[in-house]
Amino acid sequence: MSGTTNDDLDLSHLPPMDNPVMPYLRKERIPHIWCPGCGIGTTVNCFTRALDEAAQDLDRLAIVSGIGCTGRVAGYLNLDSFHTTHGRAIPFATGLKLANPDLNVVVYSGDGDLFAIGGNHFLHAARRNMDLMVVCVNNFTYGMTGGQVAPTTPLGASQTTMPYGNFENPASLPFLADAAGATYVARWTVFHVRQLTRCFKDALGRKGFRFIEILAPCPTLFLRRNRLGDGVDMVRQYKERSVVRNGADTKEVGLGLAGEIVVGTFVERERPTWLDAMNDHLGKVLGDRYQRYGG
Amino acid sequence: MTADPKGVLTGVHFLDGDHAACEGALAAGCRFVAGYPITPSTEVVERFAQRIPMVGGLFIQMEDELAASIAIQGAAWGGRKVMTVTSGPGLSLMMEHLGLAAITETPCVFIDVQRGGPSTGLPTLPAQADMMQVKWGSHGDYEIIALCPDSPQECFDLTIRAFNLAEQWRVPVFLMMDEVVGHMTERVVIPAAEDIEITDRRWTDKAPGTYRPFDVGPDGIPDMVKAGQGHRIHVTGLTHDERGWPAMNPRQQDKLVRRLTGKIRDNADVLTDIREENCEDADVIVVSYGITSRVATAAIQQARDQGLKVGHARLVVTWPFPATRIAQLASRCKAMVVPELNLGQMVHEVSRAVAGRVPVRLVDHAGGTVHDPQVILDRILEAAR
Repeated sequence: MSGTTNDDLDLSHLPPMDNPVMPYLRKERIPHIWCPGCGIGTTVNCFTRALDEAAQDLDRLAIVSGIGCTGRVAGYLNLDSFHTTHGRAIPFATGLKLANPDLNVVVYSGDGDLFAIGGNHFLHAARRNMDLMVVCVNNFTYGMTGGQVAPTTPLGASQTTMPYGNFENPASLPFLADAAGATYVARWTVFHVRQLTRCFKDALGRKGFRFIEILAPCPTLFLRRNRLGDGVDMVRQYKERSVVRNGADTKEVGLGLAGEIVVGTFVERERPTWLDAMNDHLGKVLGDRYQRYGG
Repeated sequence: MTADPKGVLTGVHFLDGDHAACEGALAAGCRFVAGYPITPSTEVVERFAQRIPMVGGLFIQMEDELAASIAIQGAAWGGRKVMTVTSGPGLSLMMEHLGLAAITETPCVFIDVQRGGPSTGLPTLPAQADMMQVKWGSHGDYEIIALCPDSPQECFDLTIRAFNLAEQWRVPVFLMMDEVVGHMTERVVIPAAEDIEITDRRWTDKAPGTYRPFDVGPDGIPDMVKAGQGHRIHVTGLTHDERGWPAMNPRQQDKLVRRLTGKIRDNADVLTDIREENCEDADVIVVSYGITSRVATAAIQQARDQGLKVGHARLVVTWPFPATRIAQLASRCKAMVVPELNLGQMVHEVSRAVAGRVPVRLVDHAGGTVHDPQVILDRILEAAR
């Protein structure tokens, strides 16, 4: 068949096929707001494929987002979805999960939302081992508001509120999550679509505070300003600079404008969730008087 | 329907207002409270944390008031009746989520045990200086309901009513306590569960696929579902359409914001609760609310003992403001006196309703203690001249 292109094939006898991820999306809400070359859509594609492969009961899955470009993910997924306030997706999700423990609750938001304005909530939910899966699309900038410095912006990168280059030390998100007690910590990039899909699928099936960081290009507001090319150029960089190091010490996975990008599953540990700890503890202390909480 | 007996501590008790409010929440069916410690409100959640394991539900102390005030909203969409409890500085932090509850029409109860401000102010001493903040403190146009108890018994009774109103109207409802009413200990009668009327959530009877979360009937209030029932709802703080999807244009903004405010503003008369005493032939009517009503009662009695015709209109519901009834009262008296533990807040609403018919005299107080009844009496005597 060499030399044959799709244009030469007559496919008219075949039934029309939908993209397999369409059932997971609110089709009527497409087109989405994201720019060409943005990485957020790629992460959503991987997430929906993971839902497909994990045979997750979609009626028992809820998604909560904060504010920002990634904050719009909740609105495009055909799930019970909540688009909350800036930085507060985690405490909203905490209430939702505790009110209805049968739900699998996923928080899907950006680096500014989860780690600047929402940083305190992240630390405490991880410390408590709240049974949430937290997905952070890290594009190193505030996209929705026009490219301001984020808590993840690498040293030296230019942003509209760091016009002479960033001199603030960025946070290493896996290190924070690990230190705060997350039971599962992983990092991938939008180049790693298969690994990311597997990672989503794996994390969906686990319990406890699970954290996944995904590096994604923001061509409009981060790459262009820093002369780093377009989305494809960045994905090529992810390919070239990434090193898979499962179980890596999270102290050693910090990111810069150049240099190695350590990816993989860094942390897998067992701890009782907040709700299990409450039920076990109060059951022991109060005996028969305790009304076990659930559902 | 009536209360679930599990949460009802039927009997005659000696309780402070904070504890009575907690019992009111349990009796109302509240099974999820998120809070953050702050004087003088903390006793409400301390009691809840102690009681709830035996009732079936949970308390979580969050990392701050922003978290507490949104965790309850997540829990409301998870199907629970929910509450948070705070005081001045915490209330200031909750303002963003007051707006979220208003635009998403999330039924929730806020208890504010008021203390002196601004800022850290007087943590252990009373004020009534958050009255305007709850009404106007979050950005944008919105409406709430606010109730003002003047005794531990009312802290119990009105907390139940706060939950019922939150479910009926799908707005945030505030119980506006103050430090004195919160820490004052009195007899509180808790009735049998079957004698407590409870308003259930307005659950939809529509099937998944046909239900739209913000479709409304003639009363302008949408029916609700909870996450996990297959409806695949979208709930957003953005201006949204009947499907709950973002619709950011002037036409939808006008439609949504007018409905959100209209469902309360258009029903202000239905929601009015004024306890009137001797207002029929009064020359002077004292308009009061919360703890200040108790002090005003003493001053009014002294004035009446001197032969003056003084009436008392105690506002149990301050928001929506009962403008119609205040205007009616103003048309038959010669003056109104408004004592409050602030430098003038609800007095502006009274003046607006009175619209110049009679003089309205404020008896202000910067907070820290209640009024000296003599000061209120002096103002009544001035007004009566």
